[in-house]
Amino acid sequence: MRTIIFRTIAPYLAALMVLFSIFVLLRGHNEPGGGFIGGLIAASALAIFGIACGVASVRRAMVFHPMGVAGFGLFIGALAGILSFFTSQPFMTSQWLIFHIQDVEIALSTPLIFDIGVYLVVVGAIGSIALALEERESD
Amino acid sequence: MAGSSVSVDLTQAMVTAPVAAADWLIVAPSLITMLGGSLCLMLRKNTQLQPKLGIVFLVLLVLSSAGLLVHVLNHGVITMVMGGWLPPFGIAFTVDPLGATLTLVGSIVALCAGIYGVVTVDGTGRRYGFYPFLLLLMTGVCGAFLTGDVFNLYVWFEVLLISSYGMLILGNDRIQLDGAVKYGVLNLVGTNLFLIATGLLYGIFGTLNMADIAMKVSELGNPASGTIATVAALYFLAFAMKAAAFPVNFWLPASYHTPNIVISAVFAGLLTKVGVYALIRIFVLILPESLDYMADVIGLVAILTLLTGALGALAQSELRRLLGYLVIAGIGSMLAGVAIGSNLAISGAIFYAVHSIIVMTALYMAAGVMFYMGGSYDLRRLGGLYQRSAGFAGLFLVLAFAVSGLPPFSGFWPKVMLVEAAFGDGRAWLGAAILVSGFLTTLAMGRVWIYAFWRGGPEGTPDGTGVAVSGGGAAQLGGAAPWLPMFVLTALIVYFGLQPEWMMNLSIEGAGGVLEPRGYLQSVFGEQG
Repeated sequence: MRTIIFRTIAPYLAALMVLFSIFVLLRGHNEPGGGFIGGLIAASALAIFGIACGVASVRRAMVFHPMGVAGFGLFIGALAGILSFFTSQPFMTSQWLIFHIQDVEIALSTPLIFDIGVYLVVVGAIGSIALALEERESD
Repeated sequence: MAGSSVSVDLTQAMVTAPVAAADWLIVAPSLITMLGGSLCLMLRKNTQLQPKLGIVFLVLLVLSSAGLLVHVLNHGVITMVMGGWLPPFGIAFTVDPLGATLTLVGSIVALCAGIYGVVTVDGTGRRYGFYPFLLLLMTGVCGAFLTGDVFNLYVWFEVLLISSYGMLILGNDRIQLDGAVKYGVLNLVGTNLFLIATGLLYGIFGTLNMADIAMKVSELGNPASGTIATVAALYFLAFAMKAAAFPVNFWLPASYHTPNIVISAVFAGLLTKVGVYALIRIFVLILPESLDYMADVIGLVAILTLLTGALGALAQSELRRLLGYLVIAGIGSMLAGVAIGSNLAISGAIFYAVHSIIVMTALYMAAGVMFYMGGSYDLRRLGGLYQRSAGFAGLFLVLAFAVSGLPPFSGFWPKVMLVEAAFGDGRAWLGAAILVSGFLTTLAMGRVWIYAFWRGGPEGTPDGTGVAVSGGGAAQLGGAAPWLPMFVLTALIVYFGLQPEWMMNLSIEGAGGVLEPRGYLQSVFGEQG
């Protein structure tokens, strides 16, 4: 699999896929997409990068251990639900912060934080499975 | 959505009344453990900090579930619907005395395991994530006890199962993987049946909210229709697998002796009881009519489970496998309560579940100490532990009496309730099976006592002489960590034995809450429900 073409293309492809996964993540509230599918795309980017350039370089590029990333995702996902405690609403009631920068409406919300949490959980969990499998293969 | 400015009447779809801060206790047990588990997961490499952090979160868990129980006892059944959507569309967490009691007992056991694990789980085990798994297991267990939605119950089952898979193979021994395959395959089949049954249930009623189903079942004309009978049978098989009832019990003694002893203790205490809890929820609360024609089947399964468990325990010489069979025998007693189905019987089953959670965990912990003292889990190679520590021998005797159902300890009262209910209901066979099983359990525990404690030394030691036994891990018993949890659990056993009124009233209230679910339905749908 480690042909020169693949090795040259893979970093760009992986970067593009991560970028696309973030796009899918952010459009997911009202349109197809969201944290889960975005996370899967990002995890496949990690897998491709790992096949081409070795697992060690993926781990270096990620800085944090994938399981730590998943843990962080779960943590902020849970925190996103708690914010409604302060407005006397049930757990996970969505809170919105909408403001305008010039003519663009920016809508920040707890579902977005939750979605980012899901994204990180999926990236971390699927990513660590993929990397572990690739590591075995190269032994 | 964008651009539309139609005004929507939110009171039709959303909960608009403000939620009191105390009602947040409903989600607190699951939420605290989820936050704690993810935090421990992030700090996985820091093996010094992990136990402290884990125990802090487990203490918070115990406090919050104690607060929840007090709140439920004072204010009746309480409900919180996720995201503010009105039931039955929002996912409801509905807490009645039954769920709150089991959550509290489960939390106490988990805290004890967290403290015990400081000694028995070494640095490698911590790095592989003992504390994150323990906390996330409790997320699943508490979620299962507190949820009011059938599909959500399935999700919490998955959460606790995935954590339990992780705990089961912690350490990566060959024998652990062998146990995990058996455990995993059977539980996968069980959860699939659960999912299929839930799909059928949704097909019939168009809702998965337990309170909503309970109301629609009573409106349905012919309760014994084929589809509902199928659903009931599927649920029974699925939960019987989880609870390790005969004939789908073989996975439990095949897997529970493989992991670290504290993990066995948590599993033995909690996992099978979640299956029994789900059985009570489904059969008594939402499909009560199906209990009429399922009762004989459940009763037969209960008798066979009682006898298999007790006879299996009598035949084993591996201490942990022996205890695994005792877990199964306990499940038989609880199933007997479900089969009878009267208020007294369900109360007995709930009390027995509480007793079994505490005593089985304590027994596995004691087995761990016996291993450290005597150097083996094999009864043939154990001996002379009475000389080694008379105090520990006394503690073990208390546990042995409790698990056999002898007075004055916690196992006695639920058995009295169950046997009385069985004879009062004309199911003498069931009552007799409970008594016979108790007798055989006494023999099995007496055997352990004679072999491990009473005789002078391991097999081959002449009568009347004593050999000083020394286990490999004697140094590990230095601190208070393994003793404190066992003392706490044993103290609870003695307390429930001597002062059973409190727990008895609690289980009667819990049984009343599922047998007469008016409070449950009102809590979800308001007064008119």
